[in-house]
Amino acid sequence: MTEVTSEDAVLQRVIELISAKVKPGISVTPETRILADTNLDSVSVMDAVLELEDEFDITIPLNSLSEVETVEQLAGAVEALVQQ
Amino acid sequence: MGLKERIAAIDAAYGDLKAMGRDPSALKFEGVWSPTEATLEGRPVMLFGTNNYLGLSFDKGCIEASVAATYAHGAGTTGSRIANGSYGLHSALEKEIADFYDKRRAIVFSTGYVANVGMISVLGGAGDYLLIDADSHASIYDGCKMSDAQTIRFRHNSPEDLAKRLGRLKGTPGDKTVIVEGSYSMLGDTAPIDEFAAVTKEAGDDVYLMVDEAHSLGVYGPRGRGKAEADGVDGDVDFIVGTFSKSVGTTGGYCVSDLEGLDRIRMLSRPYMFTASMTPGAIATARAAFEVMAAGRGHKERLWRNANHLYSGAQGLGFQVGPEVSPVIAVILPDPQTAVLLWNRLIDEGIYTNIAIPPATPNSLSLLRVSVSAAHRPEQIDAALDVLASVGAELGIVAPAERKHAARGRAQLEVVTAAGAAG
Repeated sequence: MTEVTSEDAVLQRVIELISAKVKPGISVTPETRILADTNLDSVSVMDAVLELEDEFDITIPLNSLSEVETVEQLAGAVEALVQQ
Repeated sequence: MGLKERIAAIDAAYGDLKAMGRDPSALKFEGVWSPTEATLEGRPVMLFGTNNYLGLSFDKGCIEASVAATYAHGAGTTGSRIANGSYGLHSALEKEIADFYDKRRAIVFSTGYVANVGMISVLGGAGDYLLIDADSHASIYDGCKMSDAQTIRFRHNSPEDLAKRLGRLKGTPGDKTVIVEGSYSMLGDTAPIDEFAAVTKEAGDDVYLMVDEAHSLGVYGPRGRGKAEADGVDGDVDFIVGTFSKSVGTTGGYCVSDLEGLDRIRMLSRPYMFTASMTPGAIATARAAFEVMAAGRGHKERLWRNANHLYSGAQGLGFQVGPEVSPVIAVILPDPQTAVLLWNRLIDEGIYTNIAIPPATPNSLSLLRVSVSAAHRPEQIDAALDVLASVGAELGIVAPAERKHAARGRAQLEVVTAAGAAG
């Protein structure tokens, strides 16, 4: 679990997590659209959410992600929940 | 994405697989003549890809009851029970299912899918939480989407993971409903309902447990109530839902519960309110099927003999199979292409199975879903294993078998299926 969490650190972890799930050769940046720009299916993205919940000890309801499209937006959602 | 783009995306995603042979999503049987036999492409095939676990879709008593009810009460109800009224038949079926489960109340729905979306959309009110197994059926996910609650996923079949997530919600207002399935339809693995019941109970009075016994009704438990009964905790499950489209052999769905106000859910559930109710024929079939299950006429025992036969047989041939013996035997394959090839070749040889590839499968597995029925005869299973051995070896999935009859092919099968038609 992360003691002090800066926005950059959260973003970095989200990038690492998504990178680990996409096919090799696809680079993941903050602007990457998680479903549209990668080969990930919705189940893999939900699995990444499970890992983020455990890593930051937060609850991320699936419906809270309906507006999330990019890696940066996902990191923003996690960051907001960590601050709560 | 517009509709045309989405259609193009589907064609792009599945076009390659279709090009390898038949379209798995558009197979047409010219006739189905028993729980285990059909005509496909003008030739007989043996069915190893149904959910007809007890073979009751062709049970003489069930069919006669259905025909009699249809003559007596009509082919359809032409409306919903809220708007157009219930028939005595609906209430009789509900009473009988409640009795079968030893629960106080039951509601029947038009299909199993509707039972899930109908119950879950009500259980998850605004400010509530739904905690679902990661490998849940689409109807559970869709029920969550239809609800006003927050949905949280936990790792498949992990009571520890559920406990961790319930722990994070401790002190948060709102009801929490945990949703699991008794048996999962893709790999045939079962859930530790006893452990889930313990975690749920431990978490507090505002935490409920719902178990979907769609694939476990008639299959598990001394009375065939499902996996919760097999684990000895059906009394601790707040809501048991299920379907009539698998072991029961028709269509429809249900929920049983001891909850005092369960009947009021009828007035809260849009999927209950705004769809036509079960037809008299389907109700009569379901009532007769529950009678057969309650009487214990050996269907479950035959089913398990067949499950053991096929599971150990496939494993013995060198196929990688699912984690536990079950009426659903998942043959795990290295990639979607191999799965499609094997599926096509098996049909060529007169064996119909189901194909399951990502994203419809857990952990992105590609698999052949082979299922047995109580109605399969041992020689049908032997014949299917022989074909699996020869086709599996031909495609390089398993080593050439040493089985005595590994080489016998379609001609032998036709003898077996023809014998079945006569018998």
